[in-house]
Amino acid sequence: MRSADYMRLAATSLKFNKMRSFLTALGITVGIAAVVLLTSLGGGVQQYMLGQFTQFGAHIIAVNPGKTSTIGLSGAIISNVRPLTLDDAASLEQLNGVLTAVPIVQGNLPVETGNRSRWTMVLGVNHQAPQTWQFKIAQGQFLPDEPAEQARNLSVIGHKIKTELFPDTNPLGKRIRIGQERYRVIGVMEEKGQILGIDLDDAVYIPAHRGMALFNRESLMEVDILYRAGWNEDKLVKAIKKHLIRRHGAEDFTINTQSDMLGTLGSILNILTAVVAGLGSISLVVGGVGIFTIMSIAVNERIREIGLLRALGASRTQVTLMFLLEATFLSGLGGIAGMLTGLGVAWLLHAFIPALPVNVEWNYVLLAEVIAIFTGIIAGLLPARRAAALPPVDALRSE
Amino acid sequence: MIKLRDICRNFQVGDETVHALDQVTLDIAAGDYISVMGPSGSGKSTLLNMLGLLDMPNSGSYLFENKELTKLSEEKRARFRREKIGFIFQSFHLVPRLTAAGNLELPLMLTGMLPAKRRVLVQEALASVGLEDRAHHLPKQLSGGQQQRVAIARAMIMKPPLLLADEPTGNLDTHSGDEIIKTLEVLNQTGITLIVVTHDLELGQRAGRTIQMVDGKVVHDES
Ligand SMILES: Nc1ncnc2c1ncn2[C@@H]1O[C@H](COP(=O)(O)OP(=O)(O)OP(=O)(O)O)[C@@H](O)[C@H]1O
Ligand SMILES: [Mg+2]
Repeated sequence: MRSADYMRLAATSLKFNKMRSFLTALGITVGIAAVVLLTSLGGGVQQYMLGQFTQFGAHIIAVNPGKTSTIGLSGAIISNVRPLTLDDAASLEQLNGVLTAVPIVQGNLPVETGNRSRWTMVLGVNHQAPQTWQFKIAQGQFLPDEPAEQARNLSVIGHKIKTELFPDTNPLGKRIRIGQERYRVIGVMEEKGQILGIDLDDAVYIPAHRGMALFNRESLMEVDILYRAGWNEDKLVKAIKKHLIRRHGAEDFTINTQSDMLGTLGSILNILTAVVAGLGSISLVVGGVGIFTIMSIAVNERIREIGLLRALGASRTQVTLMFLLEATFLSGLGGIAGMLTGLGVAWLLHAFIPALPVNVEWNYVLLAEVIAIFTGIIAGLLPARRAAALPPVDALRSE
Repeated sequence: MIKLRDICRNFQVGDETVHALDQVTLDIAAGDYISVMGPSGSGKSTLLNMLGLLDMPNSGSYLFENKELTKLSEEKRARFRREKIGFIFQSFHLVPRLTAAGNLELPLMLTGMLPAKRRVLVQEALASVGLEDRAHHLPKQLSGGQQQRVAIARAMIMKPPLLLADEPTGNLDTHSGDEIIKTLEVLNQTGITLIVVTHDLELGQRAGRTIQMVDGKVVHDES
């Protein structure tokens, strides 16, 4: 028998029971739609997060005090640890392959002009921060390269601070008050937007040494090292470790590389995506049970027809294939409908909420479709084989 | 054409063994027109199913054109039915979802014939039973007589040498029944071997040869 004829017969049967076919396929549709939609959202979030992280540039190594893994600028800091100092930062800069070493202290304080005030993130850094983090200056200049301890009270403000504190005036040369000290504004950063919910434009940069005084700290919270592109990261990490152990006498610091963070983030997100795919698979199994039930009913309803087919000379294999193809059609069509629904909803979501990142994971979509069809084959196999195994005479006599 | 030798077919019902066919020996020549008569439960249908390879004997030998059929594989039996046998049933057995033409196409589909070729044969077959204008009707849109004519056209579409009809007029009024029998007889006159099971004495007498069955045995065989 020709495969086109198998399909034609299957299509005729499914069309004959439109409602039933629709409802049966719906089970699969829901499963596939869920997988497609959720993996698309998951994929979107993943891409978004990776994009956010790599905005800082991929060649950054962060050194934090304390022997614990911390992520970000304000990680947990264990006490009883030798402080990370400005000298440490400066000495790290001398290592081979290191382009910059930015000392970092950070806190939230009110920043004031004559009549306006705003709580904001105050970052104590050095002149290398823009190069290291790939930030650009919109106006004026960044902090100058001066000996850390002699740093003057200069500041560079983020875009948000400019719009909030200096809505109609040029901030360059103006004074702002942070804590009890007055700082001269020498630059404005380019607008940067948010990264992982932190508004980078709502920030003021001051020299690290002044920041330490302001926050009453003896030590730094982090040193960000930018290394030469193409430099071996592992080797550099080892060199940094050796260097700091020599200075501190013990490993009382933690080194986080960009690839560590991306790797951790990536695996967390992969697990999330897999969980989502797993949930979708459960609904596929439910859909498969639906197909099994309906195909079993169909075989019972069509016993006489099966007998007739055998009388007309259909072999067992042909009868098996006829029913198997019907089941596969149900699941395949359900799968395609689910794929379209999932993609459609994902697209709609993206259209209405542009901030919601959507990235279709085609390998999951294809996998889901294959699984859908496979589900149909599995679910149809038993009923189809039962149909083929019926003795033709009994089948013809049945009522 | 056909030689049955000591064919037995038993059914086990609980502790009891029913001898549906009890050592049936029968010779059938090509072109014969045979009616099979007998009381209900005497084994007429079982005999027909045996001849059509829908059922297998427990013992005995079945030679068709000098070939032993009782040892054929399942696949070969299906092929034999497809090519050599046309079945007609009391209850027509049309596939309800398929039109008259669709029902006629089924046996051709099973052979893998191309659609274009199928259409020609289907048209011919429908015309031969006078239903060319009913090609796209579903079975439920046809009268009983028309349905049985579609069934005959379907049974004949592969041009099998042997036509087996199990009470083909049982569900029809006298007039339609007569027409069906006449259609079958015309086919027989073209050389097809025709075996009809019937309860109707009058119809039975029309056959060239009448076989009487009782309790799974052939008790009377008259040409
Ligand atoms: N599948 C089966 N299981 C058990 N017994 C069966 C089966 N098929 C047939 N029989 C028995 O075999 C015997 C012959 O049945 P068969 O159908 O051949 O009779 P028949 O002559 O065609 O009767 P009718 O005129 O009523 O159609 C009956 O006693 C019947 O009960
Ligand atoms: Mg009978």
